[in-house]
Amino acid sequence: MLAYRRIAAASFRQYSTYRMATAAGVFTNTIFGFIRASIMLAAIGTAGGELNGYDALQAATYVWLGQALLAPIEVFGTRELALRIRQGDVAIDLLRPVDLLGQLYAAKLGRSAYLLLARGIPPMLIGAVVTGIALPPDPLSHLLGAVAVMLAITVAFLADAMVNLAAFWLVENRGLTTVYTAVMNLLSGFLIPIVWFPDWLLAIARATPFPSMVQTPIDALSGRVAPLDALPLIGVQVVWVVVLGGASVLMLRAGVRSLEVQGG
Amino acid sequence: MAETSRSRPSEPRAHRPVSTARMVRTLYGSRIRSQASYRASFVSDLLGQALMVGVEFLELWVILANVGTLGGMTLPQVAVVYGLGSLAFGIADLLLGEIDGLSTYIKSGKLETLMIRPVPMLLQISSLDLSLRRIGRILVGLGMYVVALGIAGFTPTATTLALAVIAPLAGAAIFGALLTMAGAMQFWLIDGREFANAFTYGGNYVASTPGAVFALPMRAFFTFVIPATLVAYAPTLVLLDLPGPMLLPQWTGWMGVPAAILTWALAALLWRAGIRTYTGAGG
Amino acid sequence: MNEHTDPAQPGGPYQPSAPDQPAGPAPSTSGPAVELSALRRDYVVRAKADGSRLRRRRVVRAVDDITLTVERGEAVGFVGANGAGKSTTIKMMTGILQPTSGQVRVLGRQPVPERRLLAREIGVVFGQRSQLWWDLPLRDSYRILAAMHRLTDAARDARLERLAEGLDLTAFLDQPVRQLSLGQRMRGEVAAALLHSPALVILDEPTIGLDMVSKEGLRRFLREDRTERGTTLFLTTHDMSDVERLCERIVVVNSGTIAYDGALAGFRQSLGAPRELVVDLAQPRQVLELPAGAEPAAVEAEGIRHRIRFQGARLTVPALLSAIGAQAEVRDLSLAEPAIEDLVRQIYARGPGSVE
Repeated sequence: MLAYRRIAAASFRQYSTYRMATAAGVFTNTIFGFIRASIMLAAIGTAGGELNGYDALQAATYVWLGQALLAPIEVFGTRELALRIRQGDVAIDLLRPVDLLGQLYAAKLGRSAYLLLARGIPPMLIGAVVTGIALPPDPLSHLLGAVAVMLAITVAFLADAMVNLAAFWLVENRGLTTVYTAVMNLLSGFLIPIVWFPDWLLAIARATPFPSMVQTPIDALSGRVAPLDALPLIGVQVVWVVVLGGASVLMLRAGVRSLEVQGG
Repeated sequence: MAETSRSRPSEPRAHRPVSTARMVRTLYGSRIRSQASYRASFVSDLLGQALMVGVEFLELWVILANVGTLGGMTLPQVAVVYGLGSLAFGIADLLLGEIDGLSTYIKSGKLETLMIRPVPMLLQISSLDLSLRRIGRILVGLGMYVVALGIAGFTPTATTLALAVIAPLAGAAIFGALLTMAGAMQFWLIDGREFANAFTYGGNYVASTPGAVFALPMRAFFTFVIPATLVAYAPTLVLLDLPGPMLLPQWTGWMGVPAAILTWALAALLWRAGIRTYTGAGG
Repeated sequence: MNEHTDPAQPGGPYQPSAPDQPAGPAPSTSGPAVELSALRRDYVVRAKADGSRLRRRRVVRAVDDITLTVERGEAVGFVGANGAGKSTTIKMMTGILQPTSGQVRVLGRQPVPERRLLAREIGVVFGQRSQLWWDLPLRDSYRILAAMHRLTDAARDARLERLAEGLDLTAFLDQPVRQLSLGQRMRGEVAAALLHSPALVILDEPTIGLDMVSKEGLRRFLREDRTERGTTLFLTTHDMSDVERLCERIVVVNSGTIAYDGALAGFRQSLGAPRELVVDLAQPRQVLELPAGAEPAAVEAEGIRHRIRFQGARLTVPALLSAIGAQAEVRDLSLAEPAIEDLVRQIYARGPGSVE
């Protein structure tokens, strides 16, 4: 446990040294927030002030919470593990006495904590000043929101790990990463709330783990979903953590076996 | 320079001096050949890129399925803007997308190997790191642009047809200049790569969206500072004969070429200044 | 050719260079190949001082007042320890860096403002950085580079044929660069720098990490190419044997200044830096009778291994070996060259008199 804590802390510190990159990230995040908010607010304006349960303030809140989660969830995917697999460095990682997925998860938590604080919160504050945001008065919503964010980061981590682990079998998995990122951006509700989807697309989205990564934590945090209704959504997140966790462990085992067969 | 050791008898063929055009063709050609050789990953990359563009459009499609118009435009009209914007950005990204990674060139010292060659660095970066998978975006953008123009009721005249052809090229030039500025900026801000994304990828986002959705200050910024609305939205107003919102009357649809010239002038100045800083202040 | 102008007088009288120099490809064929005068280069470093949160600006002088003239056709070894200012000097010569002060002229040009013109006339190998295209067959890199240098197909093919033969590239010309061994790749790098028949070849650590066979092959071809075309060679290295095989003149830099500049012949002898011979004997033996000029440095492995220090000026290796061979059977031997750092130390130990 101590080893994992140290990895997480080291990852947090490592990211906190990239000050210029953080400033650049906050700036870009804010600009994109404004672009996204413009589009959503224009749509709500045309719809007469309310669209599928979102009014202007809720839509703005939705956008800024999404921008805050973008960096910690790593919406654009990671490629580090895939590269280590391709270059064979993963053999070294596997020799360490600490579980590989555990190591990566600890690093992810440390990194995400920093990214949430340094890159996520400032654009949200700017958004709160310019467009306004609505956060619920109920402390229970905050607590559930925090749990949902934590679970969302975990689900996103596991799904991303599986995409990376595919590198055991694919010569080049950049194409897969691109496709995954595109689908995830849409179905997670990062671009627009999934309740705006037509029924068939909503049904597809609900059958995937993607809404658990963005839509659920935003709904829980913003209080758009009442605490009692948020609980089943959090239950869905837990189910996905179990399912994807099991699947990624199996994938890693199979991958290691295929490495051994090929002789590394 | 086309001289070899004099001890060697000259051969009868190919003594023509090498033209710039032929040099440029060789640079791009070799790069294209090398990528086509990795066929499987090339195809999956290409599909990934194409899907990415399609999924991004779904965002606008879902909104329009709910509200009918966005920024005063119907779905086919929005599709023209989106297709044109994607096509323009796709061309620029294909030719100059790699310049975004200039800071990694600087950090690894690769920039120095480019500096000791007798070819402009921009041409080297453009040709030698050309990523053919980016053609995916161009293909989807082009397809959407042409089809949506047909559905949205484009009536071709000599002038509108000319604009329909010029607009994606002028837009590509604008994005090319923005990408070059984004790269040049990294001579000063080595870790500031993401700053530039706000203007390049952010510009692409704005360009492929109806400009009327943006509040006035943002519309002004993305017209006069970053001329993103002039890439696709403004020309679409002319092509489909639609009235423009405040700051973007229909005639601004013709401003793509002047904007491209202006942004390139600035980009060239910034690039030169960047190289001067690099040689002066060290790596 | 071993002559060099007094570095204190930059742009001194032009001396006709080696008679074996044919018409070089450079447009201006008169004047020195390289002229550096009072060259200086500072870097500004922002670093955190210990215990302080603020980053302090600190000026580091990488090159401090270097004056040096290299005539056309000369072969100069520019040696020094890591951080002595070698790479910075090369960057100023190739137009990558502007000097903080002082003058630099290469083939009559000012490197920074005329960088691209100069690039046509010089060939540069950065030992640690590849010029080749990683995922392309080696041959394609030459096709691209030849296009950049506007070589006609005929010129390119003829030159490549010569390079492939001289550097022994034929076996792997069609392999992607990423599959080449370090030695193969480095030969490929040198060919890339020589493809356009440059008048001045600048090699920055060209043999780093290479095995003896690759090193020797590379050096042999560089000598051949120089004899054929009368190229000027400017070589930085911290391997003294590179200099000994390739250069007539040696310039030692230390802390950004020139510590020694003179003909290579007798460089070591004049300094008196001893070399070291290590012999392993078939039978242990505690004492070896050594000829004058040699002395035992250490006896190891209970008399099997003997380290012998000797003066190169007074005693040759064969003479020393035959003296040892008369007393014991030698099973293995190796020769350790004095490190550059030791030579520099010696230069300073001998006082300013030896420093030109």
